[in-house]
Formats: sequence, structure tokens, C-alpha cells
Amino acid sequence: MTTYPWAAGYVAGDRPQIVTSRFHYEDSYTLERYLASGGYEGLKAALAKAAPAVHEDVKGATVLGRGGAGFPAGTKWGLTPAGKYPRYLVVNGDESEPGTYKDRLLMERDPHQLIEGCLIACYAAGLSQCFLYIRGEMALAHERVGRALNEAYAAGYVGKNILGTKFSVDIALHWGAGAYVVGEETALIESLEGKRGEPRLKPPYFPAAIGLYGQPTIVNNVETLSNLPWLLCNGVEAYTAIGTQTSPGTRMVAVSGHVKRPGVYEIINGTTTFRDLLYGDEFCQGIRNGNELKAFVPGGGSAPWFTPEQLDLPFEGRLVGAAGSMLGSGAIMVMDSTTDIPKAALSLTRFYAHESCGQCTPCREGGTWLERILSRICDGHGTSSDLDLLIEVGTSICPGDFPHASSTKLGLEATPFPYKMTTICFVGPSAYAPVHSALTLFREEFEAKIVKRTSIPVTVGH
Amino acid sequence: MSRLNAANLEIAREIMSRYPVVRSATIPLLHLSQEQNGYVTREAMQQIAELVESTAAEVYGTASFYEMFKFEPIGKYCVNICRSISCHLVGGDDLVEHAEHVLGIKPGGTTADGLFTLEAVECMAACTEGPTLQVNYRHRFRVTHQDFDQLIDDLRAGRLDAEIPPHGTLARERQHIPADKAAGNVSPDTPITPAWMEAAQ
Amino acid sequence: MTDTASTAEQPEAPAPDPNAVQVTINGVAHTARKGQLVIEAAAEAGEYIPRFCYHERMAPVGKCRMCLVEADSGRGPAVTVSCMVQVAPDMKINTESPTVKRMQEGVLELLLANHPLDCPVCDKGGECPLQDQAFSHGPGESRFVEEKRHYEKPIPISELVFLDRERCILCDRCTRFASEVAGDPLIHFTSRGNNTQVNTFPDEPFASYFSGNTVQICPVGALTAKPYRFKARPWDLDQTESTCTSCAVGCRTVVQSSRDEVLRYQGVDNDAVNWGWLCDKGRFGFEATNSESRLQGPAIRSGDGFTSVGWNDALDQAATLIKAAVAAGGASAVGVIGGARGTNEDAYAWARLAHDVIGTPNVYAHLADALRSEILEMPRATINEAASATTIVLLAPDLKEELPVLYLRLRDAAEKKRSRIIEFTARKSGLSKYAWKSIVSRPGDEVEAVRQALTEPEIAAQIAKGDVVVVAGKANLAALGTLQTDAILKVLEAAPGAKVLPAYRRGNIVGAVQLGMNPGPGGNSTAKILADAAAGTVKCLVLLGVDLVSDFPDAQTVERALSSGVSIIAVDTFLSPTAQRANVVLAAAAAGEKNGTVTNIEGRVQTVAQKINVAGTSRPDWMIATELAARLGKDLGFTSVDSVTEAIAASVPAYADITPTALKSARDGLLAVPTPSASLQPSGQQAEPANGYDYRLIVSRELYDLGINNQMSPSLAGLARGLRLHMHPSDLERVGVADGASVRITTERGAKVVTVHGDAGLARWTVWMPFNQPGGSVNDLISASGLVADARIETV
Repeated sequence: MTTYPWAAGYVAGDRPQIVTSRFHYEDSYTLERYLASGGYEGLKAALAKAAPAVHEDVKGATVLGRGGAGFPAGTKWGLTPAGKYPRYLVVNGDESEPGTYKDRLLMERDPHQLIEGCLIACYAAGLSQCFLYIRGEMALAHERVGRALNEAYAAGYVGKNILGTKFSVDIALHWGAGAYVVGEETALIESLEGKRGEPRLKPPYFPAAIGLYGQPTIVNNVETLSNLPWLLCNGVEAYTAIGTQTSPGTRMVAVSGHVKRPGVYEIINGTTTFRDLLYGDEFCQGIRNGNELKAFVPGGGSAPWFTPEQLDLPFEGRLVGAAGSMLGSGAIMVMDSTTDIPKAALSLTRFYAHESCGQCTPCREGGTWLERILSRICDGHGTSSDLDLLIEVGTSICPGDFPHASSTKLGLEATPFPYKMTTICFVGPSAYAPVHSALTLFREEFEAKIVKRTSIPVTVGH
Repeated sequence: MSRLNAANLEIAREIMSRYPVVRSATIPLLHLSQEQNGYVTREAMQQIAELVESTAAEVYGTASFYEMFKFEPIGKYCVNICRSISCHLVGGDDLVEHAEHVLGIKPGGTTADGLFTLEAVECMAACTEGPTLQVNYRHRFRVTHQDFDQLIDDLRAGRLDAEIPPHGTLARERQHIPADKAAGNVSPDTPITPAWMEAAQ
Repeated sequence: MTDTASTAEQPEAPAPDPNAVQVTINGVAHTARKGQLVIEAAAEAGEYIPRFCYHERMAPVGKCRMCLVEADSGRGPAVTVSCMVQVAPDMKINTESPTVKRMQEGVLELLLANHPLDCPVCDKGGECPLQDQAFSHGPGESRFVEEKRHYEKPIPISELVFLDRERCILCDRCTRFASEVAGDPLIHFTSRGNNTQVNTFPDEPFASYFSGNTVQICPVGALTAKPYRFKARPWDLDQTESTCTSCAVGCRTVVQSSRDEVLRYQGVDNDAVNWGWLCDKGRFGFEATNSESRLQGPAIRSGDGFTSVGWNDALDQAATLIKAAVAAGGASAVGVIGGARGTNEDAYAWARLAHDVIGTPNVYAHLADALRSEILEMPRATINEAASATTIVLLAPDLKEELPVLYLRLRDAAEKKRSRIIEFTARKSGLSKYAWKSIVSRPGDEVEAVRQALTEPEIAAQIAKGDVVVVAGKANLAALGTLQTDAILKVLEAAPGAKVLPAYRRGNIVGAVQLGMNPGPGGNSTAKILADAAAGTVKCLVLLGVDLVSDFPDAQTVERALSSGVSIIAVDTFLSPTAQRANVVLAAAAAGEKNGTVTNIEGRVQTVAQKINVAGTSRPDWMIATELAARLGKDLGFTSVDSVTEAIAASVPAYADITPTALKSARDGLLAVPTPSASLQPSGQQAEPANGYDYRLIVSRELYDLGINNQMSPSLAGLARGLRLHMHPSDLERVGVADGASVRITTERGAKVVTVHGDAGLARWTVWMPFNQPGGSVNDLISASGLVADARIETV
């Protein structure tokens, strides 16, 4: 339950630490500290086994992807066409989902752990070259990972004949340049190829089969890979002993907004509930100023919203999906009773409209249209038909039922995640998700702006 | 001048050597150009097109997709204030307004002395520490209006020069792969089973 | 593909087709093909799925989302991008469910949200897919009340194309065409999201030879062509299908006119030749037909000028000149040169006149710019065969410059990895970067370059795979084609089953040569005919659409011939610099003004169609030849263009099946290829070794030049790049000049000061100059009479 000035936002606790175990060292990013605290032992353990055995470990541990979709990494590695080489590893360090950050901390605070994770993945899945793509705006992460790579090369952990074995792989550090959509794995590949970061269509472009340069490519998230050194050092049993069977291990979760102690926590996967997180003493300690909880976004800005009714759901992907939302990238945004809901929805919708890559019609045109209607409403220029129009434009992006959480207030059943979409990727629906949630749950706040033209002020500060 | 200078051209060639398909170096080279000149020049894009074997239109098509690339000179310090949901909930919009007032410019504008460019940007991955801003992509957390005024004073007075280089420089330490340690880039056209996988079979 | 329809009866119980995929489309069973896209399968089943970004000739991108349907592969109806997803067994495809209708309405409403709806003043109005689909599938009203996106109204993105970004729906057709089909990615999406736009790099125009195709495939009025802007409304256009004759590829086109003026050419998609594409020279060259400078009728010389006369007087005068020449020097004192500009019927009529009526053997269609016509007697490849061959060997001029759509087809073959290109060249060409091997050697070394390459195991193994097509043409106008021919024969020796695609350039040159515009026994090449004219043994020249002054690569010989007192009968559409020297000028009908057939490089005979009335009293060549024959005492028997076509079928074996009736039902034309015979033998000659201070000279053409049709098309006239000289950057240093400076080039024929540029695509000790460009001629520096040409380069 401690914070560290050099890891702003991170809150340690009395829980198992798989990926944040070195955050309490000020010099955690140096090779010296890394080696002094068990660093590169996981790699050695891996190299002592045959590559398929390491792959089996990762499968056995059910290391879930931490980027958003929650797909098991070991399964993902197995999707590459047999015998087709070369294969590449692309590390997704383009973290930009609103509310989300953990990869930035992992890159800034423990770059060697990530490098070691990359090496283990390359070894296990037969990946011939690794590209470590870091979001452009993360200057400190560039510096720390760059320096760590230089150290690791000098010490023989990366490059040719690693630790005297036949295992050789280069890790190239690649800088992004500011585009949220590049976090989508096929867009990340396009960007890495020097192109506009526009998502590719699936099918046919499943990266495991047709990825970087048309070759089989594994795209893994920073946090996912950062789990591997601990897994290899401590074994599958130790890993699966934490969390639940379907969601083993830990997860890094960022809780922001109107809580008393916002922060990034490494929590136990699958069992920790939202109530624990928002109200627990070792976590956020409740809503600020003693206010009531109004709503929260459970899994990054694109997730349909939850209300206090869903507080007792555990941090478990399938249960959250059945309840009409998603865990996504491990970001919870908390809105208390003072929140101006239409403005909050506008902030989220504006994000996705702004971040649309522009290649498909519904997202390019629809996202901006939603933003403009919301702006109009928030500015007091909304008309009575605008609320239906929001739904209509949204339906052009997501035909059919849109997921939402049940609400006794409205007497509705939960519609499970995910949704149908007319777009190439999830960015378009993400622009609609907050509108849909806000309108379903708090329609009267929109109506109030149209009828009475009043605004509920946002309270500033903590 | 606005093409890559000799030293940067050498860095460019090392960067290019890491990629089996040279066009992948487009974005890193654009960063290099921006580091040299503070923005991406027209001549640099033409030069990069030659280096990465594409056309200037393709390089510009890529460059203009990404927000960090500027095609005209901007302030020495690019002050980006987050307006996304987490910061919005704790006063990000107010901080933008305050900054507009202090600097006398609107988002997108640059102060007359060429020192500051203000931008209202989307999430920069420090959501629990809002309101957040970045100066040349260096974070500042839980920024109060007083903090902001102090920051501007410090930047003006050069007190942060050691921490915050001028706009365009991202990392001051670059990756360098020593030739004798490199495994080498792996071309998609060489269907070779990695040595350690052969051993495993 | 060509006429391969099988008439075999179906067996009673056909074996199951392994490529058949059973699907249902809107509840109706349909047999689709394995790998077929849903959008194509639906079209075959009669269900047109609306689309904007999808184009049959380009890779699908699934961006516009107009073609979304619902498809059920066993897990319930799923939103499916019909242009990206392939059919699967038992797939149930629904193109008209309420969800599909809702999605289509939604996409259309969103596309129209920012569209300016300036249809009344839009060139596309009336033939606009967006307009049509909004009508058929749209929601009927727009609820978008916000300010629309604004951009500067149409901006020129090249000399020929304007872009209106407000109308653009960002379908990626033009940009995809530029990069994927043309290989000129000079337009691109820029910016992002709602601000995405198509644009060029600032101040770098979309200078592609194929830019006009983007206008044709644009599904809205965002791209418009300068020559057509505000000229007509689609419903005022009348159209007919024809064949482009601006080069010898034979692209199929639609000629569109209004009020007896040709206004537009559009490419027609056929599998055999052009796949719907045209080059800009072919697309916009129709302007010359409309030119006010066209000859309006025949004229005869009077003093320094011409007097317009009636056809009877002009033809009488022409006949008199021919008779006088024959009387003075025998039949061979008449030389008949040209014929590539016209139709097969024109060429055949002139050939009959020359060979049968006059009796001269001095007949030739080539202008020392092509390999000898025996190349047509080699086993001929079709364009499709070339573009799918295992190996394509290029021993040809730069196809991008001379046969642009053939360049597109071969580029596609290499890009899609169907074929490997082995190129032997003296200067890097448009195809070099797509070639598997591009071997650059100095002129004079071409045979040795081939010999050496064939000793390389990798290349030998590639050739040994068989299925080789050699694209054969004359790459250097400054020399004879002898060594090039020897090099080609060297390849054929190593690849005995190889076929040849002749890279002949001028419109109907293959038809002209195959139909008799070829020397008879004892006859001579054009160069020799001209030399004989200069010497006085040839006394009358009949010039069929040839401009020797500009177009013959030996200006000195031309000048000596024309000023020797020879009488000249020029049959032409313009008073070209050569026609100005004539005694009689006979006004000929131009493309678009006459019916007939033409033969392309592969021997494909296709129709050309008259769309407008002739300029003034111009006549088609075949008619002129027939009338002239009558005045020379012989009736050729031609009463209509069809009668000439029939006469060709009756007398020229390769054309035996090509009757007017057969052509009517042949969608892709019919092949007319002579039975192969090995009449070409290696010369065995060797070029003199270069001396230590001279550079080997290469002269070749670029697409835009001072050719009369080019110059008479206002949109194209300014596009010629101008005279200049290229040499290897290291040679620049050797000479001691900077890029862009001036040098003096001296040949056996003369000297000239030109601007010099570095060009790493050249071998060392080689210089290149373009032919027939503004800023000074080259043909007065060359003679095209040696195995190689040398030049001295000095600073000035």
C-alpha cells in the first residue's frame, strides 16, 4: 500500500507481484538491478528446455493477452502455419486506450523484464526477429527501453548466439508517432511497415498467418510478455495458483476518475471484484468526497458502462462480457454523482472520432457526426430529435442490439458483449458505446439539456 | 540544411539496417528529421522517400497520419494537455482554459516568442494522475494551475533544459546494435527455420 | 479470353466439380466457385450488391462498407464484407434482409453527409454511382444539419486531372490504381480520420502516364479530366466501341461524342488486352481529331504555298506524278512509305496499289524505328501469354514509354509473381524495378550480355523451365537493330519453345506490315528508298501519314531526299513539316472518322469505328488508294470498307477467318498471325570496340513528344519533357560537369549543346537522349545506319 515517487501512479500492496516486483527500486530499469533481482533467470530456464516445451508452459499457464481481447498467448503462438518461416514478434507498446496505463510503467520501470519476455516468446515460438513498437508520446519509455537494449546487447542477452546457444534474435526498438488506432494489431503491423496505421481486414489478414511483410507474426502486448520471465522462473503451477482457472495470474489495472485513491494496481485476476477495487482499503478506498457512485467504465474507454449494480462482478472476462461489457485493457474510469454525463460521453466519443483512421465510411463519418450532435446538446443547442438521431447514427455503425448492462431502473436484461459492426475495426463502435450507455442509463440528463438548457457542473479537483 | 545532415544520415542508415524491408524505417526517419529541425521538412520527406524506396507522396501520406509530426515550425516546447475522459473528470478542460489564458494562445497556436505551442490532446497514459500534461512528451502529473504557471516560468528561465530537450528530440539515448552482436535482420524472402527450432525438431 | 467456347456435349453424370461451392443467395441455390468473392458470386446469381470501393481489376480493400451483406456459415447471420469474403460451402447469403437494407441506408447517409450534392454542376452527374445508389438504396433524406467539410474546390493534381476533395468519398480507387496498377504512387491518402483526403505531395503532381484511368474509375465526381470538364452531360453523349490506335497495343475504347465532336475516350474492360485501362496519350489524343488545324481537303502545291483543289484535280495530279516517275525510272522509281496510322483496310489498299498497280517493290511501313518485319514470322505470343509466362525476356525499348498498357500488363505479371522478368537493356526502363534480373550493358555488347547471362546457372535454370516469352523491339534509334536482333536470336537459341511478342510501336504497324506494306522482291527499306531518292533513282514518294522530317532518325538523309527534286504525294491528316514539302496533299480521315479493322502487336484484329463525320472532305485512305488506282488504270474492286476486309480475308492467309461477320461476334477480336518461319538468322556482326574517348549513344522515345497527334492535342502538347542528355553520374564527374549544366555532344553528323543530367540507370560510357523533343532535334545527330553510334561529350 505504498506509492513511489519514481513510479507515479503505481500503488503497491500486499498481493503477489508478478510484473511489478521491482517497481519499488528507484533504479529498477538498470541491468545491474535487474540481474541483482533474478533478472534473465527466466530466459536461462527457457533456454535449458527445448522450444516446444517452453511453448507448452505458456499454454499450460493460460497467460491471457493483456491488450484488450484477452486471448491466451500460448494459443495465439500456435496459430502460425506449421513450418512457415520467418516469423516475427511485434510487441504492442502503443498503449493509448483512454483510462489505460500499465505498459508505460512496465517499459519505464522494468524494461529488462519486457526484453526477457520478448526473448522467451521468440525462443518458444520460433520467431526470428522482434520489433518492439513503443507509442511515440512515451519519450521516457523510448529512453529506458533503448538503454536497456543497449545494455542487454552488450551483455550478450540479445543478438547473436544468446548466452552461447544457437538462439539468435535481434530486438529492434521502433517508435510510433501518435495514432491511437495503431494499437489495433493489424494497424500496428501497417505502421511498422512504414504505412498509415490503418487496420487490415480480417479475414484475410490474421497476423498469425499473414502479418508483418506478409509473414506469420505474433503481436503481443507489453504486459503479456512481461509475465513470461516470472512464469519461466516459477513454473506453471505457481502461476496458475494465483487467480482463477480461466483467468490465472495477476493483472495491472488503472482506476481513474472520482475515487479517493486513483492508481495502477497489480490485482489478482478473476477474483478481485469491482467493489474491492473501488471501495477496498488496499485499493481505491471509495468515492471521493463521500459522493455516490454514478457509473463506471469497466475496461477502457470503449467498454459499455456499468452502474453500481455490477460492482460485485469479479475481474473475469467472460462474466463481464455476459453482463454487457468487457474488461478490455484493464482501465476503470469512475464517475460520481456530480458527473455531467452528456459531457463525459462527449469526451469519450470525441476521442474515438478524433482517432478514427478514416478508411471506412461508418467510423469516419459516423464518429464525427455523433461528436457534433453531442457537442450541440452539451452547448445547449440540441433539439428533441437529436437523441433519436444519436441512436440512428449509432445503428449505422452497430446494426442490431448493442451490448449494455442490465439496469433495474430501466427494467432491461443485459445484452452481452460484443456487438455487430459495419466498420473494419472497433474504433467506430467505440465512438458509439459511450453514447449508447449514457443514453440508455441517463437519458433524462440529455433531455434536461435540451429542454431546460441547464448544465450540471463538473467538480474540479479531488 | 533541412535534409538530414551527415551525422543523422549515418544514424538513418543504421536504423534502416534493422529492418528487412526498408520502408519500415519511414517513421523512425521522420522522427530523426523532426529531431534535427524541430519539424518534418519537405526536403526531408523527399530524401526519406529516396532512402526507403517509396515516393514523397507515400512518405507524406504516412507522416500526416500521425499527430506527432509537424510540417511547419512550432514552439520550442510543445505543451500537450490531456482532455480525455480520466483527465476530463478531474479538471483537464479547466487546465486547458487556464493554459490558454496564461500563454495567450488557443490550442494549435504558438506564442509570439516561438517558445510554446499549446495542444489539447487525447489520452497520454497517465490517467490516474490527472490532470496530465506533457512538455515535448515529458509527463507532468496532477497539474494544478499553480503547477502550470511554475512550469511555464521554469521553461522560460531554462531551468528544465537538462530534462526537457527542444521539440523534436524524443529519446536522448538511442538503441545501437553493435555489429559484432547483431543477429541481423531477417528478410521475409528467406524461408529459413531458426537454428534453435531445428534443434528442437 | 479468346474464342475457346467448347461445343462438346455434357456427359450424363458429370463428375463433381472440385471447384464448385454450393451456396444460397437470398434463398436460391447457386453454384459458386472456390475462392470466389461473395460479391462476385452474387453478381453471377443476378444479385447486384452495391459498392463503391470494389473494382474487379484491383485488390479488394473493404473500405466503403457499401457491400455489406449478411452471411450465415452455420453460426447465424453475420455482417459480412462481400468484397473481401470468399464463398464457403453451404453459406447462406442474404443481400436484402432488413439489417442489410439498414446498413446500406446507413452507409449512404453517412457518405452523403459530407458530400456537397452539387450534382447539377458535376461532370459525373447522370453517370455517378453515388447518385445512382443513393437513388436505389439510399434513405431518401439527410438528417445531417452540420456544416460540411470544406476544401479548396477543384485543385489540379496534374496537367490533366483535377481533384475536388469535397466530393471525394475516400474509396481508395484512384490511390489504389496509382500504386497497385500504375506503379506511380504519387497520390495518396493524407491526414487522418474525418480529415482524410486524397492528395499529392505538395507541389509534386500526379505525373503518371495513366492518370486518366483514375477519372474513369472514380465513383463520384471528385476526379475530373481537364479535356472533358463541363463539356457535356452524360445523357447527351452518343458512343461506340472502338480500338485505340495511338500505339500498337490495341486497347479497346469507347468513343463518345456529342454534336459531331469527339469528347471522351473511356477504356473498355476486355480480358485480352487492356483490362479497362488506357494511357493518357491514348485517352486524350482524340483532341487531335477535333483540331482546327486538320486538313479539310486536298491541295496542290503552288509556288511556296498550297492551293485547295477538288478531289478529282488532286488525284489526277497525284496520278500524273506517279506516272511520270514510272515513265522516267520504272516502277521502282516510286517509293511508298508508311501506313501504320491507318486501318488494315487502308494499308491493304495502299499495298495493292503499290505492289499490283504501280508495281514497285519499294514499299515499307517502318521508319528505321523497328526491328525487321521478319520478327513477325517468329512464333507469336499473345499479350496474355506474355503476361502469364514463366519468364518474360525483355529485349525491347522502354515499354512504359512506347507501349504503356503492355507495361501495365507485364508489371502486373511481375508484381503478382506470375512471371519473372529478365531484362537486357542499355538503360533502366520503367519495368527494371519489377524485373527479376535487369542487366544493363552498353550498346554493342547486347549479344555478349545475353551470352554471359545464359551461362549463369540461376538464369539458365529459369529459362530451362520453359514458357518463355521474348518481348522484342528496337531499343536504340541511333543504330541499326542488327545486334538487338542477334541478341534476341541468342535467347531463342537457348529457349527453343519461346514465343515472341514484337514491341512495335506505331498504331497499326503490325497490320500494315502483315498486309503488304513491306518491300517486294528487290525492294528496299525506308532508309534506302530515301537514299535512292536523294540520289535521284527514286523519283516519287508516296507518304502515308508519315512525318519524315520529325520522325525519321536520320535528318540528313531525309533532307537530301526531300530536296532532291523528288515529287511527293503526302496523305495525311495534318500539314506536317514533311507534308509541307509535298506536291500534292491528300486529306485523310482520322481515328474516329472511319470504320475498319486494326491489328495489334499480338496479331489481334479488332474493329475501329466511325463516330463522327470526317473533317472537311477528308477521305479514308482505302478510298483514296482505290481512286488513285483507278486513275492509274486499275480497279481494285473496293466499294466499301467491308469489301476491303473481305478481300483481305480472301487473299491473306493469316486473315482468312477475319470477315466482317466473324468480327461482329468476336468480343475480343480475332488473331491473325502468319505461320511461323525461321527467316531471321544471326548476322554474326560485331560492333567496333569503342575508342577511349567516345560515349556510346542511345536515342529512344518518351511517351510525349513532338509527334503531330501529340502536338495537336492541346492537353498533351505541353507534356513533352524536352531535349536533354543523360549520362552515368560517374561520367558526369569524369567530364567535369554538374547535373543540370550544359555539354556539347559531337557525332559524325554534327554537334549540339544540351543540358546534362546524371542517370544511374545507364552503363558507364553511355549517353542517352530522347527523340523528337522540344528544345532541339536529335535526328540530325544520328544516322541509324551503324551497328552502334558514338558521340563525344565535352564541356562548353
